[in-house]
Amino acid sequence: MPVQLFVTCLVNSLYPDVGKATVALLERAGFHVEFPMDQTCCGQPAYNGGYHNEAIDQARQTLDVLDVTKGPIVVPSGSCAAMLIHHVPELVAAEPGYAAKATRVAARTRELTQFLVEEAGIDIRPVRCALATYHASCHGLRWLGVVAEPKTLLDDAGVERVELDGEDECCGFGGLFSINVPEVSAAMMDTKLDRIEASGADIVTGVDVACLMHIGGGLRRRGIPIAVKHIAEVLAGDPE
Amino acid sequence: MTTFRERIQEAFAEGVPISIDLGSRGRHEHRVSAAAAFPQMEEMRDRARTIRAEVVASLDEQLGRFADAAERAGSTVFFAADATEAREYIVELARTERVTRAVKVKSMVTEEIDLNAALESAGVEAIETDLGEFIVQLAGQPPAHFIAPAIHKDRYEIADLFVAELGVDYSDDPVELNNIARRHLRPRFLTAEMGISGVNFGVAADGSVALVTNEGNGRLCTTAPRIHVAVMGMERVVPTRADLAVMLEVLARSATGQSLSSYTNLVTGPRRSGEPDGPDQLHVVIVDNGRSATLGSSAAEILYCIRCGACLNTCPVYRHLGGHPYGSVYAGPIGKVVTPSLFGLEDWHDLPATSSLCGACEEVCPVRIDIPRLLVELRRQSVDRSTPAVRRSIRLYASLTTRPRLFRLLTRVAARLGRLWSRDGWLRRLPGVLGNWTQHRDLPAPAPETFSDWWRRNRGA
Ligand code: SF4
Repeated sequence: MPVQLFVTCLVNSLYPDVGKATVALLERAGFHVEFPMDQTCCGQPAYNGGYHNEAIDQARQTLDVLDVTKGPIVVPSGSCAAMLIHHVPELVAAEPGYAAKATRVAARTRELTQFLVEEAGIDIRPVRCALATYHASCHGLRWLGVVAEPKTLLDDAGVERVELDGEDECCGFGGLFSINVPEVSAAMMDTKLDRIEASGADIVTGVDVACLMHIGGGLRRRGIPIAVKHIAEVLAGDPE
Repeated sequence: MTTFRERIQEAFAEGVPISIDLGSRGRHEHRVSAAAAFPQMEEMRDRARTIRAEVVASLDEQLGRFADAAERAGSTVFFAADATEAREYIVELARTERVTRAVKVKSMVTEEIDLNAALESAGVEAIETDLGEFIVQLAGQPPAHFIAPAIHKDRYEIADLFVAELGVDYSDDPVELNNIARRHLRPRFLTAEMGISGVNFGVAADGSVALVTNEGNGRLCTTAPRIHVAVMGMERVVPTRADLAVMLEVLARSATGQSLSSYTNLVTGPRRSGEPDGPDQLHVVIVDNGRSATLGSSAAEILYCIRCGACLNTCPVYRHLGGHPYGSVYAGPIGKVVTPSLFGLEDWHDLPATSSLCGACEEVCPVRIDIPRLLVELRRQSVDRSTPAVRRSIRLYASLTTRPRLFRLLTRVAARLGRLWSRDGWLRRLPGVLGNWTQHRDLPAPAPETFSDWWRRNRGA
């Protein structure tokens, strides 16, 4: 079955290894992965910031690219998947020709870990991994209900894991919020980092590179040698 | 007026009391346990939302029914278009009735209309009788939380405050602090001519006002003085007592994790002949103050709010800030929507910007207000007021992302530059608005090869 990879703009530029790991996982599961070359950004930052004219332009671009493809659209990001599933259809509801496209694309869009768990027969290989802890990114958690799937996958892969105290509390990223009100964003991040340090884990993982970028940037600034990896990278094992 | 960010910086410089985080976290955990112990919680939230939505959709009619019923029960009803009208009505009433002392049950709407100051300047002593509210009044501060006004003060500070303001001996024992307040307030309850309360809900069917408290001060305030003034936000109506029951099921659980508050009072008119207790007069002051202007717009959803405070307790921004930096009596997630919606985006557009849109608030709201969506909508309405550099960046990025070939080219260039510019793949200091990021955290540089280039190289296009 073909699946379309919507890799997200952050993964494309900053974390291409997450994209490669996602491809590896999907191919290992027997899917034929396609990558629509003209994809760029789903428009989430602009949408959240209230820049809806810009977000509409980006949503239209994304819909044009995705609607002509076939099969599930898999996204290695809870927040971008939530954008395509929930916000884009509302955003373009009044745009001639785009409402139907948005509905079709939303119906095909799946967050990676939910896709992996819900598609029966995906065999998760055991991986070697240091002690991990899981941070639940807000949008995947609250807009898509990504709760158990990532942990199920990690457990199936035999990843040794400690629970993170306050795992469902926001890391403080929030897109433009981290730039607009850095003091509060950083205070939230510090709480998260304290808990990560206290967990004793060697690796933090999650389903959204944006949050992991925030957490990773904070850990690095603190000089704490805790690795940060997207769940696709953990599950795929060592990169090719 | 200072900006929200300035107030935040000031609060951080002074140090935000840890009691705010502890108190809100504690209440949130109580809410989580209460919801888990009540199998109908989710269904009740749905029903509560439906009740509130229907009331707000027919607010005119519901208020009319409420006012008629309240008058039939012997209450006097006054519609105040704004804070000034509400204050003037109450001050005038106090004057004609020669009131010198009023005891108050804590209420957000009387804070909103700044009633205490108006009473004081008319020579009426207004005394807060809820313990937390009494504390912040002594400290000369506004409440820092809807239901825990003194959340920012620990018992040692309260002990010092009582010594300084009440001239009592020092004690930081919570029971003794309570007793000090009780001894101080008791004679005041008995001598006040006026009791002032808010209204949790007004029942349209019979004109009752429902008041929930945990300290019993509400009962004293509404029965001992000869005049009871109940100040009610115009949205606080429920059609029937059965609807009230649904709201009560979710209110206390969401607020404190109790299945019911310690005291639930239903006051239907003033004392009738033959009744031993109760005021001679009951005045219900219904306050609009910007609320009706939201009707018919998406912002009308703020009128569903029952001020339980659950969204404050779970909010990571609130937990790190407390209530005061918000600069409005309405703090927390819902405050960031209520304040600009009632008092104008012009002065308050920086409140909705201060959210990570994590959605924790919506997850707990007993009436399921979609606070993140309302925040985004207010941001949309104020994009022209956003930081110009941020606005320009977003516009530029959006226009690049709608040109895929150009976008690929530029991300490829960025990948090359990132490699040259960064130290081990990380950037430590960036100019302009990105400096707000690197002030607190490192930023990964673009990877040497974009995913799309890798794909093209390995899989062909
Ligand atoms: S918005 Fe909801 S959670 Fe927040 S105070 Fe109002 S009713 Fe409670």
